[in-house]
Amino acid sequence: MTPLDATDRAILNRMQDDLPLTAHPYADVAAQLGITEDDLLERLARMKDERVITRFGPFFDAAAMGGAFCLCAMAVPEEDFETVLTKVNAHAEVAHNYERTHRLNMWFVLATETPEGIGACADAIERETGVQVLRFPKLQEFFIGFRVAA
Amino acid sequence: MKIDSTDRRIIEALQGGLPLVPAPYAHVAAQIGMPEPDLMARIGSMKARGVIRRIAAAPNHYKLGMTANGMTVWDVEDARIAELGAQVGALPYVTHCYERPRALPDWPYNLFAMVHGDSREEVEEKRAEIRALLGAALRGCDILYSTRILKKTGLRLRQKG
Repeated sequence: MTPLDATDRAILNRMQDDLPLTAHPYADVAAQLGITEDDLLERLARMKDERVITRFGPFFDAAAMGGAFCLCAMAVPEEDFETVLTKVNAHAEVAHNYERTHRLNMWFVLATETPEGIGACADAIERETGVQVLRFPKLQEFFIGFRVAA
Repeated sequence: MKIDSTDRRIIEALQGGLPLVPAPYAHVAAQIGMPEPDLMARIGSMKARGVIRRIAAAPNHYKLGMTANGMTVWDVEDARIAELGAQVGALPYVTHCYERPRALPDWPYNLFAMVHGDSREEVEEKRAEIRALLGAALRGCDILYSTRILKKTGLRLRQKG
């Protein structure tokens, strides 16, 4: 990976905030950063190719589309972990799933197209695995974003 | 109805990302056979309705050297969570900061904050800073490190409508 220079870092920080909704948004951001549009686009393409940026585009909110997200956790006995994992991941609603260092060792996010879908999917996982699914829907978000040292 | 079939068509076209070309909306508009101003108006409406939260980059923390990531969890006095949550969320190394319901008796924590660092020691130092910030409103805390990614897919709309 190409080491990030000061311009890359400034771009990375700026591009985590909303892009202006204009016909030439990259030219607008480039002007704010004091670089050319070509330079900005080349650097963005390079950082995307090198997976420094995993994705550039709209962040959708499933809840605003009428759907829902919910963080869930399960305390899965070690000997059953792989069996339970297969059953959990088989649900298309399971978007991310992480193993974590805790008695609650399986943490996943359900994303569904209706709010009712969350309970239905979590209940189905409980039935299929015999393990309780704790549900942690977000009540309030405190978002600022990640910043690299510029 | 929160999104209609036109919104859905636009979402499908943008799921993979916004093109890195000088006129990205003209490019997408041509792909889906819609005039550029109409597409931009629709995107503006979806932003106003909160369907699109922002158009932005998702950084890869691992590639940026932030290879240690801990989910810090805190039991904070309910009366002070809005004020303190905002302060924790504003820390530069914190992402995904949320108030969530407790699940007693198993889970007493109501504030979740992902902390990124280049080592677990750095994550622990940052965690100590958060502990100090929460002060007397803090009743308990823990940290969970991820040991394995078991699945990771983005939002995928079902093919319908």
